Amino acid sequence: MRQARTFPRGGIVPPDRTALSAGIPIRNACVPAEVVIPVGRQPGQCLVRPGDTVSEGMAVGRAGGPDSISVHASIPGRVREVGERILADGSRSLAVVIDLQGEFTVSARARPPVEWETLSVPELRERIREHGVADLSAAQAGAGCLVVNGVEREPYISAGQRLMIEHAPELITGLQILRRILEPAEVVFGVEEGRCEALESLGRAAEAAALDCRIEPLQPRYPQGAERPLLEALLGRSRLRSKTAGTAVTDLASLYSIYEAVVLDKPLLERIVTVTGLAVRRPANLKVRLGTRVGNLFEECGGFSEPPARLLAGGPMMGSCQSGLEAPVTRELEGLVALSRSEIGRAAETPCIGCGRCASACPWGLMPGEIYKALEHRLFAEAEAAGLTECTECGCCAYVCPARIPLVAGMRQGKSRAPEG
Amino acid sequence: MGYGPGSALRPFPAPHLHEGPTTAGMMFSVVLCLLPAGIWGVLLFGQRALHVLLVSVGASLLTELAVSGLFLRRFTLADGSALLTGLLLGYSLPPAVPLFIPAAASFFAIAVIKQSFGGLGRNWLNPALGARVFVMFSWTGPMTRWQAPLAAADVLSGATPLGLAKEALSHPVPGLRGPIELLLAGLRPSGLRAGPLSDLLQRLGRLAPAGYGQMALGNVAGCIGEGSALLLALGSIYLFVKKIIAWEIPAAYLGSFGLLAWAFGGLPFGAGLFRGDAAFHLLAGGLALGALYMAADPVTSPLKRPGRLIFGLGCGALTFLLRTWGSQPEGVALAVVLMNMFVPLLNRIGGRPISREAEQ
Repeated sequence: MRQARTFPRGGIVPPDRTALSAGIPIRNACVPAEVVIPVGRQPGQCLVRPGDTVSEGMAVGRAGGPDSISVHASIPGRVREVGERILADGSRSLAVVIDLQGEFTVSARARPPVEWETLSVPELRERIREHGVADLSAAQAGAGCLVVNGVEREPYISAGQRLMIEHAPELITGLQILRRILEPAEVVFGVEEGRCEALESLGRAAEAAALDCRIEPLQPRYPQGAERPLLEALLGRSRLRSKTAGTAVTDLASLYSIYEAVVLDKPLLERIVTVTGLAVRRPANLKVRLGTRVGNLFEECGGFSEPPARLLAGGPMMGSCQSGLEAPVTRELEGLVALSRSEIGRAAETPCIGCGRCASACPWGLMPGEIYKALEHRLFAEAEAAGLTECTECGCCAYVCPARIPLVAGMRQGKSRAPEG
Repeated sequence: MGYGPGSALRPFPAPHLHEGPTTAGMMFSVVLCLLPAGIWGVLLFGQRALHVLLVSVGASLLTELAVSGLFLRRFTLADGSALLTGLLLGYSLPPAVPLFIPAAASFFAIAVIKQSFGGLGRNWLNPALGARVFVMFSWTGPMTRWQAPLAAADVLSGATPLGLAKEALSHPVPGLRGPIELLLAGLRPSGLRAGPLSDLLQRLGRLAPAGYGQMALGNVAGCIGEGSALLLALGSIYLFVKKIIAWEIPAAYLGSFGLLAWAFGGLPFGAGLFRGDAAFHLLAGGLALGALYMAADPVTSPLKRPGRLIFGLGCGALTFLLRTWGSQPEGVALAVVLMNMFVPLLNRIGGRPISREAEQ
């Protein structure tokens, strides 16, 4: 096998706890009695009113305004309420609340697979948009390189790995469809080395489909699932710098949704969520209806084995801390993590001793400690000159900080106060 | 987000995982790695050395407790930094020094050098080194009165290897080609006092050429903890592996110093270029303690690799200059203190964000 690649600087190797859930096959979560579907706040985004009856897969909103991709009712039923809800990331959004009623017309219907090769490219684009997967209208054909992100964005999460193990042929079909639309010169698939089962099943599926793509093993390092480190790892920095190399990046969940949208003619109604953490009694990978309350998923995993020290939506590095269990599952949510007290490695905060560990961990080459100090003294211009706006809040700096300084929280606060530009 | 007052979970900022040592963990690791050299020093120099160490550590802890407790209303002993400062300071004092000197030095290190600038992480000067320089110039007499190790020959008492070398240069000895010969004159086996310790030292000393072996073991006159370069180096291996001290500074320091001592160290003895005794200079005096434990202090050294390398080079060059042509035999403390001043400047070198590099 080739030497596994990785991005050139910074990053961390967090403890690999994907093993908690990676061996557990994806199973369907129970259908919830109600779902909360966020539709955004602008007028024209919500297409239903309280009292309306909706069928499964009916469009109830447009996520980014009238012409953007659709948001669908993930269960059939009656609209009980259209009101403001707090989402898992802490933002507020207008949401449609649907009570379960009636029949599952999309999921229950067995439909013959569509011969996608017979569809034209505009038809493919339209299906992907109308089924709420992605708006590809901005994507130009003839990209230099199509990169598939087969790396989990966060430690602990195994949803993508399970998709590769169980649904490799579907992923490869999705990739073929995307390839037909974008006509890239090259297709590169980045997967962490050591995910042997996933690599094997992908390789078999690619071979069976006679797809010309390079499956590239990558060293397990965080934040390799983020776009820029991934591209640096796969393509090298020199190639990234040259402006001619246009690259398009997609991920596993999108490929699977493209497959479902085009071949099964099914809108985006479900996603796979990893429920894990040492405080969860039975970690699992669940196929969940969008809009399900996160509390339902923890209940389905046997509840908590001990009072969790943190309840997180997303992953342990960038996920947001939940105060309750009410937030709905959205299309971006890849995992729910309940961390035990022993996992979080918490210690008292001390002054910065200038050890420079944050600077060596930063994948962007910033000096997080210095930026933090500048912000503490309200020197916003200085903080920006040091690269504040380039911070992606990946959390590597705060992860290694011996003084346990909340560097990421400081950066976030600083960005919201710093003048634009 | 809706965090009610009764909510069990509060909004903690991401990331929610942490790894690696804490500040206190780093400090206590350094203390542990220093301990063997200190215990060895007490064995070599006797009870008196233990008293000096206890006073310097005790005074350092008391001052920290008093100053940060009174003025900042914070309990900061648990971070381990005061303990480390006290220990390093004790190590860099001669064993026969009057006990008020470690007490005064510790007070100066903690109250003046560290706390007056805002406490841990804010001082621009290494507290232990700064305090050593302070007492050196305030009480030069007691600070340069040396005691030979218990097991060493009487001939040696009263002079460190570096002191011998300096003395020889001001009163030239005919036929002398290098500093190690001066030391060898006092290290004849017959000159060692009998006892289990000297037996052990003799046996260990045979592993290396005479003179160098004794210097690596610290069986020469010197400060309490700086003698045994071997034990200090062994302790630092753990710190390098755990990345608690950055390798760049000790490497650049010892490397540049060794190179200079080899290239130009022979000149004062009339031996010509590239005839210097680098091994003698690397093993002598406080170099091991200074380079491995004091220059690499994260608070008072640069943050990024290019700055750290230049910092180490500067320390090495200054130490060599001060030792060879300075008025004192030893130059480590002053060299590091001088380079501490350049840290803010050195922090401007290197380390552009990636995106700016791409613009070049």
